[in-house]
Amino acid sequence: MIEFTLNGKVQKVEADADMPLLWVLRDVLHMTGTKYGCGMAMCGACTVHLDGDAIRSCTTPVSAAAGKSVSTIEGLSEDTSHPVQQAWREHNVPQCGYCQSGQIMSAVALLDSNPEPDDAAIDEFMQGNLCRCGTYPRIKAAIKTAAGKMGGKA
Amino acid sequence: MNPIKNASRREFLKLAGVGSGALVLGTVMPGWAPAWAESKTAESLSEMNLFVSIGSDDQVHIICHRSEMGQGIRTGLPQVVADELMADWNKVNVIQGLANEAYGSQNTDGSRSVRRFYQTMREMGAMARTMLEQAAAQQWKVSQDEVQARDHQVWHTASDRHLSYGELAEKAATLSAPEKDALVYKSKADFSYIGKDVAIVDLEDMLSGNTEFGIDIQMPDMLYASIERAPVLGANIDSVDDTQAKKVSGVVDVITMPQFSLPAAFKPLAGVAVLASNTWAATQGRKKLKISWTDSEHASHDSAKYLDTLKQRVQNRGKVIRSIGDAYTGMMNAVQTHSASYSLPYLIHAPMEPPAATAVFKDGLMEIWACTQTPQSTQSTVAQILELEKDQVKVNVTLLGGGFGRKSKPDFSVEAALLAKQTGKPVKVTWSREDEIQHGYYHAISAQYYEAGMDDTGRVTSWLQRTAFPSISWTFDGKTDAPSDGELSLGFGDLPFALDNLSCETQTAEGHIRIGWVRSVSNIQHGFAIGSFVDELADKLGREPRQMWLELLGSDRHVDPEPEGFKYGNYGDPKEKFPIDTARLKKVLNLVADKANVEQQTAANEAWGISVHRSFVSYTAVATKVRVKEGKLKVLEMHCAIDAGTIVNPDRVRSQMEGSMIFGLSLAMLGEISVEEGAVKQSNFHDYPILRMHQSPPISVYIVESDAPPGGVGEPGVPPVAASLANAIFRASGKRIRDLPVNKHLEV
Repeated sequence: MIEFTLNGKVQKVEADADMPLLWVLRDVLHMTGTKYGCGMAMCGACTVHLDGDAIRSCTTPVSAAAGKSVSTIEGLSEDTSHPVQQAWREHNVPQCGYCQSGQIMSAVALLDSNPEPDDAAIDEFMQGNLCRCGTYPRIKAAIKTAAGKMGGKA
Repeated sequence: MNPIKNASRREFLKLAGVGSGALVLGTVMPGWAPAWAESKTAESLSEMNLFVSIGSDDQVHIICHRSEMGQGIRTGLPQVVADELMADWNKVNVIQGLANEAYGSQNTDGSRSVRRFYQTMREMGAMARTMLEQAAAQQWKVSQDEVQARDHQVWHTASDRHLSYGELAEKAATLSAPEKDALVYKSKADFSYIGKDVAIVDLEDMLSGNTEFGIDIQMPDMLYASIERAPVLGANIDSVDDTQAKKVSGVVDVITMPQFSLPAAFKPLAGVAVLASNTWAATQGRKKLKISWTDSEHASHDSAKYLDTLKQRVQNRGKVIRSIGDAYTGMMNAVQTHSASYSLPYLIHAPMEPPAATAVFKDGLMEIWACTQTPQSTQSTVAQILELEKDQVKVNVTLLGGGFGRKSKPDFSVEAALLAKQTGKPVKVTWSREDEIQHGYYHAISAQYYEAGMDDTGRVTSWLQRTAFPSISWTFDGKTDAPSDGELSLGFGDLPFALDNLSCETQTAEGHIRIGWVRSVSNIQHGFAIGSFVDELADKLGREPRQMWLELLGSDRHVDPEPEGFKYGNYGDPKEKFPIDTARLKKVLNLVADKANVEQQTAANEAWGISVHRSFVSYTAVATKVRVKEGKLKVLEMHCAIDAGTIVNPDRVRSQMEGSMIFGLSLAMLGEISVEEGAVKQSNFHDYPILRMHQSPPISVYIVESDAPPGGVGEPGVPPVAASLANAIFRASGKRIRDLPVNKHLEV
């Protein structure tokens, strides 16, 4: 039995200690907002927060989450009102939508650590999140909009 | 969970919450006899296919029969219906259609959803609106001329009365549907939704992670399957030792998949499935399998050697598929000539969501949930392979986490169906990234040769082009050993240049791995080669690239390759409605060249490259600016102009163009699948990279205002990208890249 905090609530799971957090979330807890894309931390589709840091849940064993706090896209806001979600809406960012949970969770972590990222800082932080549809220009624009909403520069 | 709603025709009524009082309309697809139905009951619905319904609660329900994979079709087609219906978009609900032949083709590829269904959707909306107006006129006992639909209501201005659509629905449903010819359509100036930036209907769910993709299906007692497939096409299982696999905690069963003979078609590959209580256990168990494979005739396939062979073949005269005058005599009479050869490797789709399908077999019914672009061929292929009747196979379409052509092949749904039938349990088959990259349907490896002859004024008088690549047809018949007419219709046999002499030829190319269609298909290699060769000629002749293009395109005219011997497919559309129009090519070229100011002086090591291409009956031009310094490439900026005729949702057209630029850069800069001993070498994003944010430039999109019928949007952005990039690299560095990808020549 492994215990951690998931989106603010205590969560206990029965799973092999080495099962990646991604599959615990998806297959054990049936929370499918977090996506599989590569299984080797190459694409960022599985990005969640562990104690506030963006991590790739596909290569993070669930045992590494024990006693810690995990946040997923489902816990970001009750009503898609997080400033990053608002900015995503304003820029109509998603195409197929599949990678967007991971993109949003990475963007939130970026803005938490750097409230006024410039293009280079956005590139640096976000280059681990792949989007095959090619929403990068809009993601970049939306991150700047979100930074403005959150009190950084517009 | 807010799963994407799927509906059969009868379930549609239930889902929509409408009773017999609802107005429900259907139409048959183009090519069928027009048969509008004045349906009132579920019984009479059985002959119909596309539906709009209005409930007494004022809610409008519209079925989307095409698959959503990021192009925005679940928004675009309903936008058209809602506009003609004069409905309030906030009261529109979109319901996903199940596999059903009655809808007409549901195969969501070929950039044709709006192209083929725009007019039908307008008819549906106008028909419903007219019936609502009739109902109001009857209720008020006034002439129908005196009433008008507006904002989800019908108004009688003279008496200042109005009734909502919900209030009128029941009465409207009792009326006969008007004749199609009698329908009055809105004028463009009055459009509320067509041509407007409507946000996609799935946006909120995508922002909250509340979507349901193929990989997300969950069911009680479901088994998770991971399949080890034959590394070489045609290889079968010699022996399997699953002892260790079965010892892995969570593994429930190991099943050897049935083995099918070639041609590959849509049949699953030979393999061994590990079924477990979760995905992780299944993949762990799979690693413990010990499988020995039989030999295959394709085990000696080596893509590098094969490409050399194709490059050799295109140096020789081939089979002529289109000709004007005599290109060979023209070359001999030319004052100067120029020639070049181009090549591209195999490519794979790499949608962010790999293929995934879930199946349940219960009481003789096989029900499938899949991220499929093609529910109908999923239904027919599953029925055929499992020896079921088609009506025993129900196919639900989830959202697709990207498609790009991969999910037009139903092999992964067949795998799920086979395992569901054998186990008697719900089974979800999830492809790993490695599976997706190593067991796909690949964009064909290709070689091309181009030669031009010029007269003493520098005018190009003779043009010779040869192409060789294994055909998609080979995947299905195992025999075709040269490009098919359908593939040659994609940017090769439809060369739009004004030439005295032309010879378009093919060389043979046999298949060794499954060949399939990838976003814009053969336009990828043809757009690259032709767009590059024009730039080479411009350099040779000292012309600005734009001037070279304009000279080759010649006068404003419609090009028809048929009298010149080529059976041109024109993307399945009539050439009268969608001619090859050189004026439209020139227009997008000039638009993008002017906007990007490509002829302006650039900084040292920086330059623009341009290209223009017609595909899927749309016209796209791209200008790309790069810096090449110390062997390192940086793409600085891209501009793209598209003329796709009438546009339904400009924001989604822009997003498709942005995505096409990035898809095109990915394949040009990074894309390469190589095969050794019959097996694909690459396995994941470390060795099959796709463009990342730091490699992605700012992109400007310009949409040509046009009243022409709608053309394709999803694919036409891709073909000019690679050439515009290679041309920019040449002008920035003097380095001409004729063999993709670019990262073999420059650091990217």
